[in-house]
Formats: sequence, structure tokens, C-alpha cells
Amino acid sequence: MVTSNFDYFAPTSVDEATSLLSRYRGEAKVLAGGHSLIPMMKLRLAEPGVLVDIGQIEGLSYINESSDGVAIGSMTTYREMANSSVIQSNYPLLADASAKVADLQVRNRGTIGGSLAHSDPAGDIPAVILAIGGNVVARTRRSTREINIDRFQVDLLTTSLRDNEIITEIKLPALASGTGTAYSKFHQPASHYAITGVAAVITVSGGTCTDARIAVTGAGDKATRARRTERILKGKELTPAVIRRAASRAAAELEDSLNEDIHASAEYRAHLTQVHAGYAIDQAVAAAG
Amino acid sequence: MSTEITVTVNGTEHTASVEPRLLLAHFLRDVLNLTGTHVGCDTSQCGACTVHLNGEAVKSCTVFAVQANGSEVTTVEGLADGESYSHVQQGFWDEHGLQCGFCTPGMIMTAEALLKQNPNPSEEEIRAGIAGNYCRCTGYQNIVNAIGAAAKAGK
Ligand SMILES: Cc1cc2nc3c(=O)[nH]c(=O)nc-3n(C[C@H](O)[C@H](O)[C@H](O)COP(=O)(O)OP(=O)(O)OC[C@H]3O[C@@H](n4cnc5c(N)ncnc54)[C@H](O)[C@@H]3O)c2cc1C
Ligand code: FES
Ligand code: FES
Repeated sequence: MVTSNFDYFAPTSVDEATSLLSRYRGEAKVLAGGHSLIPMMKLRLAEPGVLVDIGQIEGLSYINESSDGVAIGSMTTYREMANSSVIQSNYPLLADASAKVADLQVRNRGTIGGSLAHSDPAGDIPAVILAIGGNVVARTRRSTREINIDRFQVDLLTTSLRDNEIITEIKLPALASGTGTAYSKFHQPASHYAITGVAAVITVSGGTCTDARIAVTGAGDKATRARRTERILKGKELTPAVIRRAASRAAAELEDSLNEDIHASAEYRAHLTQVHAGYAIDQAVAAAG
Repeated sequence: MSTEITVTVNGTEHTASVEPRLLLAHFLRDVLNLTGTHVGCDTSQCGACTVHLNGEAVKSCTVFAVQANGSEVTTVEGLADGESYSHVQQGFWDEHGLQCGFCTPGMIMTAEALLKQNPNPSEEEIRAGIAGNYCRCTGYQNIVNAIGAAAKAGK
């Protein structure tokens, strides 16, 4: 399959890349790992007139730890995150989810910035970052802004990123002590995309949940916080009954937007979401120690 | 608009003027006549087109040739040293890791990458490692054996 024609630019700095995006605003798309964009272009679901390849820019691929948390460069690949000891120790669910994306070859190319910007309804990373919390750093030719991840995913394949902006970094907060994390997904066996995936970040103090962020992917039109589940957990002693009740509400926010396709009906997705919410919460609580 | 690219393939530098939309798989097959790299699904699923880009296994049907500008590419043609096959190639030969052979170049390139990351994989790790490569003939058993044999030979 052949994509439509486009003009190709391989800038070597973010400034040059953002200038190109401004110059060709409306026509241009950023090319990162290409593992969502190129398949879409081959199917002619996307026909950008200009591609700005950010793969030749030095210094967009890094994982930096500081006292505030961890900053991840937007071109960091799944493989780099899965293998990073900083990610493994600070955000075990991100290392685990990265290792479970697709297959070895896709993990060598796909990037954290691309997966967030693409916002695939079945993507793993959007839910994981939503559960961790944090900011997406977006740059234009003239300015830099930070977008809270809670305001980033807007709709199916749609984010609050503007078409002249490039994601340069993802800033994740340091997690409180006593926090456990987990990602539990039921994957489509061929592509490994999530039919449902639940990310849980739970802080426990003396058996009581003091904070919880739970996010669901695969089931609805975008990665979504399961706020009712979070509310049931917060402030409660984490007994099996409380966890079960919380998990049973994990698809509540998604009622109007449940996906239905050849892989799973809406009803089945809702059920799987509850089951995997239970797994993710149990594992996160166990990990919190 | 054509773009001039220089790519080092199996140790030889090639410069060519290509359309930006030319995929790396077609650059290798149609421009360089290296037809060992196969195109199976053309939709990023089957792994028949797997090559190494700067030492990492990638699906060359999902990379534009222009993205490989300035890079090193290794294809299945670049593995043997004269008559001497790589451990993975020899493993596929000895264990009969193929039937029609269509998936084999991609399987071999993925297996090479897998063994570089993990020289001593368990059977489960081998199966997970080739999750992005489909074989429609063998049922995978002999492929898994072949990769296991290559790991042993590499010790
Ligand atoms: C066979 C296969 C299986 C897959 N399975 C899974 C899976 O199991 N789980 C999963 O989560 N994903 C899966 N994916 C998708 C994969 O994770 C993609 O790599 C990812 O969704 C996009 O990242 P990318 O770097 O490849 O982005 P690209 O494809 O390059 O870009 C995607 C979109 O994001 C924009 N973009 C990219 N980077 C930036 C940036 N820094 N700033 C602004 N905009 C940007 C692009 O313009 C484009 O619109 C699969 C893909 C394939 C081909
Ligand atoms: S031809 Fe590239 S993955 Fe099938
Ligand atoms: S040997 Fe025929 S597809 Fe694998």
C-alpha cells in the first residue's frame, strides 16, 4: 500500500520543527515512531501534505529523575521505558504496560509522545499516564505550556494539543510513599491492543486508602478516569468487599461511550473492565505493602 | 519532491533519490534488489518485513526509507559470513524451522534481535519475542526449537 504524496522535513531542533509546523499549519503532521500514523496513511485515513519527522532531533529521548518526579522525553520508546530502572522503580505500572504494548518490533519504534498525541481508544500509555497524573509539555515556535493530563485526552483520537504544538516532554510527579501501582489488561491476541486495560495508582496508610487514581482504556472512546471507583476507595479501609464494590463501578463513567466491535460487545467490555479493575486494585494494594 | 538519502545496508553505503513515501521495505527490495526482506500483510502485523535499523528490529513496511537516512540497516542477506551461517540461520536449517519459507527472513531477524537482548531465553520468552511475526505453515514449534538451538550454539 502506498500513502499519498507528502513533503518531508527532518528538522534537527525543536525550534526548527515548530517553525515548520507554523509555516505549514493545517497541512503538516508530526512523525514520531510512525506506528499509528504510517498505518493510517497507508489506509489513506490520513493524508497529510507535509510530514515533520522529529526522529532526527537529538535530545528528545531521555528519562530524567529529580526530587519532583521523572521527566520523560517525548521520543522515548516503549522499549526504553520497559527497560529503564528509573521507570521500573518509580512507576512499575508504566514499565509493565510498556513491555505489554504490541510486540518487540513495535516497542522499538513507538514513543510515549506519539501514543499520547494519537490517543488511540485502545492505547495502553494514555491510561497509565492518566492514573499516575502529571503534565504534558507542549511547545510552539513562540511558547511552551504544560497541559494537565486530566485535560489532555478530549475525545476519540482527539487531544487538547494544537496543530502547531509538539509534545517535548511528559512530567510525572513523584508518588507518595505507600503508593502501589498496577496495570491489568485484556488484550486482543493479534495486535495486543487493549480490549480493556485498567491502570491503578493507590496510596495506602495503615490499611486505609488515602488516595486513588484509576484509569480505563480500551473500553470507551478514550482513556478515562474511573472517578466513582476512586471515590469508593478513598478514605476506606481496603477490605475485599470495598475493593469489589469499587471495581464494580469501573465502567460507570463509560456507559454512553462503550466500544463495540468484532472483538467484544459493549456489555462484555463493561464486564471485563470491572474484572480487570479488581485485578489492578488488588495488585496495586498488594504492591503498596 | 524527491529526497536524497544515504543508508548503509549490510555494510555497504547506498545513496539514492527517493520519494518520501517510499517505504523502507520497498527501498530494500525494489531499489537495492535485496528481496530477502518480504512484504506479507503490509499492515504492520505479520513481521515478514523485519530488518534491523541501527541494530533494532523494526517492521520495514512501517518505516519510510527517508527515516532511515544516515542509518545502518541489516537485512537477512547481511547475516551470513560467506558460507558460514549465523547461529539463528543454522538453527532454522538444523531444526527445520520453516515450511514455505515466506515468514523466515522476518523470523530470523526478530530472533537475532531477541537473542541480542536476551541470550538465554526460556521457551515462553522465545514465544513472546516472536509475537510480532506470523507463520501460516509451521505451527511455530520448529521455529521455537530453532531459536532455542541458536541460543545454545551462541553460548
Ligand atoms: C501492529 C501494531 C500493534 C500495536 N499494538 C499496540 C498496543 O498493544 N498498545 C498500544 O498502546 N499501542 C499499540 N500500537 C500503537 C503504537 O503504540 C504506536 O506506536 C503509538 O500509538 C503511536 O506512537 P508513535 O510514536 O508511533 O507515533 P506516530 O505514529 O508517529 O504519531 C501518531 C500521532 O501522534 C502525533 N504525534 C506523535 N508524536 C508527537 C509529538 N511529540 N508531538 C505532537 N504530536 C505528535 C502524530 O502527528 C500522529 O498524529 C500498535 C501499533 C501497531 C502497528
Ligand atoms: S509486511 Fe510488514 S508487518 Fe507484515
Ligand atoms: S514457513 Fe510458511 S509462513 Fe512460516
